[in-house]
Amino acid sequence: MTMLLFLIPVALFLGGLGLVAFLWALKSGQYEDLDGAAERIFIENDENPETAHARPRR
Amino acid sequence: MSCCAPGTEGGLDATRLPGIDELRLESRALGNGLMQTELSVPAIHCGACITLIERELGSLDNVESARVNLSSRRVTVCWKDDGAPQFVEKLSGLGYPAHLFDTEAAESDKTRSELMRAIAVSGFAAGNIMLLSVSVWSGADGATRDLFHWLSALIALPALLFAGRIYFRSAWNALKHGRMNMDVPIALGVSLAFGMSLYETLHHGEHAYFDASVSLLFFLLIGRTLDHVMRDRARAAVKGLVRLSPKGAVVLREDGSRNYLPLGEITVGMQLLVAAGERVPVDGIVVDGLSDMDCSLVNGESAPQPTNKGDAVRAGTLNLTGPLTIRVTAVARESFLAEIVRLMEAAESGRGTYRRIADRASALYSPVVHLTALLTCIGWLFVSGDWHRAITIAIAVLIITCPCALGLAVPIVQVVAARRLFENGIMVKDGSAMERLAEIDTAVFDKTGTLTAGHPVATSIFSESPRALEIASALAALSRHPSARAIVDAYPASTLPFEEVREHPGLGISAQLGGKRYRLGRACWALRDPETAAGAATVLGVEGACGAGFSFTDRLRADAPQVIATLRSAGIAIEMLSGDRTAAVTETAKALGIDHWQAEVLPGDKVGRLNELALEGHSVLMVGDGLNDAPALAAAHVSMAPASAADIGRNAADFVFLRESLSAVPLALSVSREAGKLIRQNFALAIGYNALAVPVAILGYVTPLVAAIAMSVSSILVIANALRLRAPTLQPEKGEGRAPALEVAAP
Repeated sequence: MTMLLFLIPVALFLGGLGLVAFLWALKSGQYEDLDGAAERIFIENDENPETAHARPRR
Repeated sequence: MSCCAPGTEGGLDATRLPGIDELRLESRALGNGLMQTELSVPAIHCGACITLIERELGSLDNVESARVNLSSRRVTVCWKDDGAPQFVEKLSGLGYPAHLFDTEAAESDKTRSELMRAIAVSGFAAGNIMLLSVSVWSGADGATRDLFHWLSALIALPALLFAGRIYFRSAWNALKHGRMNMDVPIALGVSLAFGMSLYETLHHGEHAYFDASVSLLFFLLIGRTLDHVMRDRARAAVKGLVRLSPKGAVVLREDGSRNYLPLGEITVGMQLLVAAGERVPVDGIVVDGLSDMDCSLVNGESAPQPTNKGDAVRAGTLNLTGPLTIRVTAVARESFLAEIVRLMEAAESGRGTYRRIADRASALYSPVVHLTALLTCIGWLFVSGDWHRAITIAIAVLIITCPCALGLAVPIVQVVAARRLFENGIMVKDGSAMERLAEIDTAVFDKTGTLTAGHPVATSIFSESPRALEIASALAALSRHPSARAIVDAYPASTLPFEEVREHPGLGISAQLGGKRYRLGRACWALRDPETAAGAATVLGVEGACGAGFSFTDRLRADAPQVIATLRSAGIAIEMLSGDRTAAVTETAKALGIDHWQAEVLPGDKVGRLNELALEGHSVLMVGDGLNDAPALAAAHVSMAPASAADIGRNAADFVFLRESLSAVPLALSVSREAGKLIRQNFALAIGYNALAVPVAILGYVTPLVAAIAMSVSSILVIANALRLRAPTLQPEKGEGRAPALEVAAP
């Protein structure tokens, strides 16, 4: 029985981690442009890494 | 807010649209002197476009950042408000025509992310509680069961409060106004289930329904989100199309200076500049200039009208060839456009009486379910005299009848149907449009721009030699008058080295070639003796002699005859109402075999005819594109418009089709009818499930395990049934010529 005492919190914590990760992804606009993300990995932006991450403010 | 150097507006080129002032009007201030503008750029289609646009826009002065969204075909530009970055011009220069995008779209994004967060939280809670419940069902008892119940309660409470507030809010609003909606039994069922389970947990009971209450919420939220996303996408796609009515106009002051003013600040008596290619913003009288006006969107007339000094022009007409100065005779809210809006608002009330299938079902559903639960409670009280048992069983009845499958039955079918239509270039505004379309028995078509392509096709009625035709075409290529465009389309020719090319607004175009003077345009202007070219609308004059003559007809849309035939065979009566002249309408009616038609119809009369039909008991589909159709589109039982329609009409229409082909009409009809059938099947499934489950619940045999299985199975059945609509057997896909109009991001 004692193993329940740490297994359940561990399970809930891991699940909660997934939930928080999803909410964060949603909030930071990761789902805004699914088609664009697929194309962007082919874009070389080496010369100017700063603007590559510039993103409109919400 | 402007820190623009004075005088910048004075130098503003009138042909540039949108100007900097309109840009500022449509942008959102971010603080720190930063502005953010959303542009809709339908031509974006690949990764190379992203790189090009972001690099080129980013290199402009004052542009802070530019970000392309490939899914929605939008560009978000952040710029410093101390100069005017010309990104619209830059984009057009790169070959990407851009339109300003209303920033109000952010509002519906908020609802969507609220729904998404609610789904995530309820999904997480449902999954974890289900795991704990499985341990309880498989034999955990005593202290372990209590521990699991307590944990479930701890997870369920915040989840219900967070994810359930959408339903609680809506149910409360309905009750406050003395109405019933589907959310009332949901809110009641979920909260009672939670309350009872908490009571059971406190008293070390065996059955707790935490899993049922949370997974119910989870399933229902999925249905609601799908419904929302579908409507949202269609709305965004429609908004992204070209906006036709200008937001402002260039005002010419008495001292010769120019100002760009928003429409609301323009008053009667002001003088406005309308450049070639612009739409007239308000009603007015031409005080200077000579041009041709395209009135097709305003009154359905297909031929361009020559406009001279002293002529009246109506808001919404397109100035084709020469710049005009007009004196304002009516302010924006009294212009022709505003009159149309008033007619539309009056007409809109007629459609308000339609109630969606889901609403009609829930009006019946809630009383029946609540009465059943109440009777069960009273019945068990009499039989056993045990309060606790009676209430437990009554709540079990509420849980088992909670409209889980019912809540999914309608949206899931409509989402699948809307997606099918999307793939064929048809956008649906909302689900009820499909329900209404399935009911129609009469279809009313507009002529210009709907049954016909809306632009003329040229035929040469005589020509001196093939060389004359070639010269006429090469000369026509230099003008943007629709007649000239039609000649180029009909008789393509290579360019010739013309000299001294001059366009004469309202008359035609003239040029020198090989020492000869050519004129292409009106016979009375191009020819010495206009009688020699009787019957021709446009002629080629060679030193005043007739070289070639052309006549123009409006071309039918490619598959209009088949579409009319298909609709007839589906039992739909066909009518045509047009604002065009009787002769042109008769010809079209003959070509299509339409018996019932009216010509020279005013916007108000179109509405009148639709109301007449409605009074006779017909459900009418209106298909039209012009401004003059907009009130009729709003008045009809259901309406469709092509993407080329006036934006006001496009907003009034329930369906918008993006491709050239009219086959969108029968396709939408057949998909809607099929969807209606599937919705009824889904209702039958949901009711059948209740007929099985409710007696079991009333007899007191429902445990949390039974409830969980019953709910999941019924939901999956309903979803699986809806997915049958995706089967390609419904109607063979037509290999129609895809118009280059606009591609919308596939869902």
